[in-house]
Amino acid sequence: MAKSPKATRVLPNQDHLTSNAFVTLEAAPAASRISLRASPRGAAAFAKNIGFDLPAKPSTSKSKSGVVALWLGPDEWMVFSESEPEKSLQPRRDHREYSATDISHRNTAYIVSGSGAQATLNSSCPRDLSQATFPVGACSRTILGKAEVILYRTGKEKFRVECWRSFAPYVWGLLVSGAQDANL
Amino acid sequence: MTQPFRIKGAGTLPHTRTIQFTFDGQSYEGYEGDTLASALLANGVHLMGRSFKYHRPRGVVAAGPEEPNALVGITRDRARHTPNVRASVQELYDGLNATSQNRFPTLNFDIGALNSLMSPFFPAGFYYKTFKWPAKAWDALYEPFIRRAAGLGEAPTESDPDRYVNRFAHCDVLIIGGGAAGLAAAQAAAEKSQSVILCDENPAMGGWLLADSDIQIDGQTGAQWAANMAAELATRDNVRLLTRTTGFGYFQHNMVGLVERITDHQARPEPSQPRERMWQVRAKQVVIAQGSIERAMVFPGNDRPGIVLAGAAQKWLNQYGVSVGSRIGVYTACDTAYAAAFDLHEAGIGIEVIVDYRKVVDETILAQAREHKIEVVLGATVAQTTGRLRINGMQVKTATGEQKEFDIDALLMSAGWTPSLHLYSQSRGKPVWDEASQRFLPGESPQDCICVGGCTGTDSMEQVLAEAERALGNKPRKFDIEDDVSTDGGIIGATGNSTEKGKAFVDFQNDVTAKDIALAVREGMHSIEHVKRYTTNGMATDQGKLSNMHGLAIAANLLKKPIPEVGLTTFRPPYTPTTFGSFVGHTRGPLFDPERKTPIHDWAVENGADFEPVSLWQRAWYFPRAGETMHEAVDRECRTTREIAGIFDASTLGKIEVTGPDAAAFMNIMYTNSWDKLKAGRAKYGIMCREDGFIYDDGVVGKLSDTRFHVTTTTGGAPRVLNHMEDYLQTEFPEMKVWLTSTSEQWATIAVQGPKAREIIEPLVTGADISAENFPHMSVVECKVCGVPARLFRISFTGELGFEINVPADYGRSIWDAVWRRAQPLGACAYGTEAMHVMRAEKGYIIVGQDTDGTVTPHDAGLSWAIAKSKPDFVGKRGMMRPDLVREGRRQLVGLKTSDPGKVLEEGAQIVEDPEQPVPMKMLGFVTSSYWSGTLGKSIALALIEDGSLRLGETLYVPMADEIIEVEVTGTVFYDEKGERLHG
Repeated sequence: MAKSPKATRVLPNQDHLTSNAFVTLEAAPAASRISLRASPRGAAAFAKNIGFDLPAKPSTSKSKSGVVALWLGPDEWMVFSESEPEKSLQPRRDHREYSATDISHRNTAYIVSGSGAQATLNSSCPRDLSQATFPVGACSRTILGKAEVILYRTGKEKFRVECWRSFAPYVWGLLVSGAQDANL
Repeated sequence: MTQPFRIKGAGTLPHTRTIQFTFDGQSYEGYEGDTLASALLANGVHLMGRSFKYHRPRGVVAAGPEEPNALVGITRDRARHTPNVRASVQELYDGLNATSQNRFPTLNFDIGALNSLMSPFFPAGFYYKTFKWPAKAWDALYEPFIRRAAGLGEAPTESDPDRYVNRFAHCDVLIIGGGAAGLAAAQAAAEKSQSVILCDENPAMGGWLLADSDIQIDGQTGAQWAANMAAELATRDNVRLLTRTTGFGYFQHNMVGLVERITDHQARPEPSQPRERMWQVRAKQVVIAQGSIERAMVFPGNDRPGIVLAGAAQKWLNQYGVSVGSRIGVYTACDTAYAAAFDLHEAGIGIEVIVDYRKVVDETILAQAREHKIEVVLGATVAQTTGRLRINGMQVKTATGEQKEFDIDALLMSAGWTPSLHLYSQSRGKPVWDEASQRFLPGESPQDCICVGGCTGTDSMEQVLAEAERALGNKPRKFDIEDDVSTDGGIIGATGNSTEKGKAFVDFQNDVTAKDIALAVREGMHSIEHVKRYTTNGMATDQGKLSNMHGLAIAANLLKKPIPEVGLTTFRPPYTPTTFGSFVGHTRGPLFDPERKTPIHDWAVENGADFEPVSLWQRAWYFPRAGETMHEAVDRECRTTREIAGIFDASTLGKIEVTGPDAAAFMNIMYTNSWDKLKAGRAKYGIMCREDGFIYDDGVVGKLSDTRFHVTTTTGGAPRVLNHMEDYLQTEFPEMKVWLTSTSEQWATIAVQGPKAREIIEPLVTGADISAENFPHMSVVECKVCGVPARLFRISFTGELGFEINVPADYGRSIWDAVWRRAQPLGACAYGTEAMHVMRAEKGYIIVGQDTDGTVTPHDAGLSWAIAKSKPDFVGKRGMMRPDLVREGRRQLVGLKTSDPGKVLEEGAQIVEDPEQPVPMKMLGFVTSSYWSGTLGKSIALALIEDGSLRLGETLYVPMADEIIEVEVTGTVFYDEKGERLHG
């Protein structure tokens, strides 16, 4: 019997796009992601795979050649790349000092940009997102309404919002609602 | 003539735009900038409501949020009706439609006012005394009566069409109150480059400065100074000014709730605008500048329409250009009422007399009164007032006991000013009694918070401004202040003999009189908390802004105790009534709760599934075909799965990746089973307990390698199982090299079950041999399905040959479609959670949370085989050894067979030994799961029964409302007891 054709990938939020005078909301493209849990030695060992040291300071990020590492906890990072979404960042072999687990499909992301981006997020996110406390490059696991999200500030007026895929319609709904009140 | 009480040349309203509005159907005119109260007063209307208990005619008393009487309903359309709006703060707009409340049939003639004649029969504590017995009367009589009597105004019946929004904000300094103190504090903070939020509940900043015609600051009137300060602040990037914004609640860690009213003052709100915006502000420092609230005088007949606070009358005149009457009397114990009287007199209004409760008053004030040719009677009391719907006279008892009568159409009163401690008290601050000034003042602040201005009892403007600057760490500047009005004087408690005679109201809104408080004290209430609840003093929507101090003083006086010993009630949020909408904000409809859907959800929708909620997930329940009932559909799905095959979306199962060199050791700790001998490529059913030995969760665990486990959990248990594991890992076993990652949503899970399951999936799988010999029951392999990396399990929750395909979630739909294209031609079906439940019950597989309830051990559930006795330790091992968990007579899981095979038991039904025993019967246990099994042609049930495992074969009974059902105790496996089908 002939083998079935290769499966096709369907993002949970691929048609999500809207904008007004103050903010644009859009689904981020597919990405390859891993959740990295590591001892200090493991973090150093993993760094060799991506070619740069992992961020060590709370709420900071580092990136190189399209690979981004977000600090989420003393032993936890999320590493993602949009450049080769089908190529797993999970090393082939398990390592004694860290755990790299593919979560490319667990998460999905939105990009929130524009002068009203911060106001849009602060309609449902209690975190202080002012430039002083959450500068470009800052990241944080926080909440948007009742959903856990990871916020990553990629520009003065641009944020990436990562959430679990089944929460995407809810997160999108909150962002759309917040965007309607983003003009101050 | 319209607006006969509008005074030419008075007030600061531009009078450029006339506004039409209606009150109880009658049309009136006002000006832009009016409140509903000021506009009605301009038209000579004082009667605005009826009191709660006695339905007494009531007029507006106050010009601010403390108003107890003038509560009206505002209607925009059928869905937009707001009850209990205070006319004193509702801004006028074109077409505003207001109606009075608590009256029938009309405000002028109200049948409920008979209650007033009956008042001797409604004493304090009336409810406690009357609604006591017999107990039976409670449901039939008392509760309906109380419910009918309770509450003011009418709630709208349609859902609220308006939009409400929420905003979280952070700042260095949050200032609540935009009067003189708040403005000065904002400027001081702004100049230090701090981020500032300044909010005020009024349409404009300025507070009392807007009502004070005398004061001059730096050569400007108070209103000009405030406007200039606000304008200057508005130009700064680091300052956010919020008007029409009430700081209603002060919570932990300097979190303050503000509600901004955006459209309530607009005639035709833009549909794009939200009605209200909730601000949840986290401030490094909070400055409370709430000011103070004037008290009414407590004397017989003090509630007639036309009797108003002196400060309110002054504000209506100086801000809105309205006089409260034309022949006005004054009853005061405080200097500020003189300023109000002088302002009115200078505007050409007749002031008939100033009755001052005090025997001695400052000579300069008395000299001013003489200049105005106003009669002042010192050391006197108002003994009674007259007039039905409006005051028309008062009797004054002079210091020598002489009676004097005055014809008046309005009476100003002032018993002095109460510093507003609401937000300070909400911040957990403890007010401190100041004996000299006879008032409570803010004490130490438990949070980073400071009170400035009137709410600290600071009276002079110079000191108020200095205090505000000092609060921000600045050295006070010198302001040039002239004509600051004296606030000396004041009284708390009743005047004259009003605790014995007449109706001297303390709490206008709840109709509590001085006599009521005296009665409560006589009947043994010695703490203000008891007095408050017995009389309901201070328990209305105005939260006793006018009444608390008077009630306290009257009680303390009768108890002959100092005021602090009688106590001050605690202030609680909200400061003023706050809409439900503002709390709901964005989170209504689909945004109330996340509704989680699997990648395969849309296929189920397209194929006609009915859904059931399972935790936050929507799961396909069953797939009815045309004309099928649920029962028929479930029967067919079970039958098809057992005869051919069924496919099932199991994506909601919790999944946790457990990795690291110590992964197996950690699994040994967390699960009751032993994981040492499990080989890579094999799977095992695991049970997780809590420390107390009770079942917490269960699921199949696949061992992918010596350092990597694919753990599954129940759908609802996924988050708590991960937390439970992470908790033990971090707090008890931090030395273990093992890490946990939730992968619940990384994988879409497609269960394929039934005799033809292998035939369906085999062509889709590459990189693995899934033959019966090489891929036996309880195996796992990493392979490819439709070219996509997959984790394939051979497991079964139906008792049939079964597989579970895990693929990266974005591929879930595509691969489900591929499986369906294989399954459908073979006659297989998709099945839902109901068929899944039936089939697992036929096999006696438990569902944690349905067949267990947090008090069931693995032994109780018949799962002793899953406990590794040789393991030195695991979570729950010691718990299971507790005497109560090993005693005889524990409830154990068994099967039940009904004598009538067609009878399906009710889940939760109780089980007894002898149905003839007297009630209450001894309950042996209860039914946990019960279904009709189409496969077996009879009903099946699982139950937890005392010593169940010893009762096999016994006949027991399930007493229902209309029958007694006979059952036989059986084992828990109803179908394929030997498990041959699993190994197909």
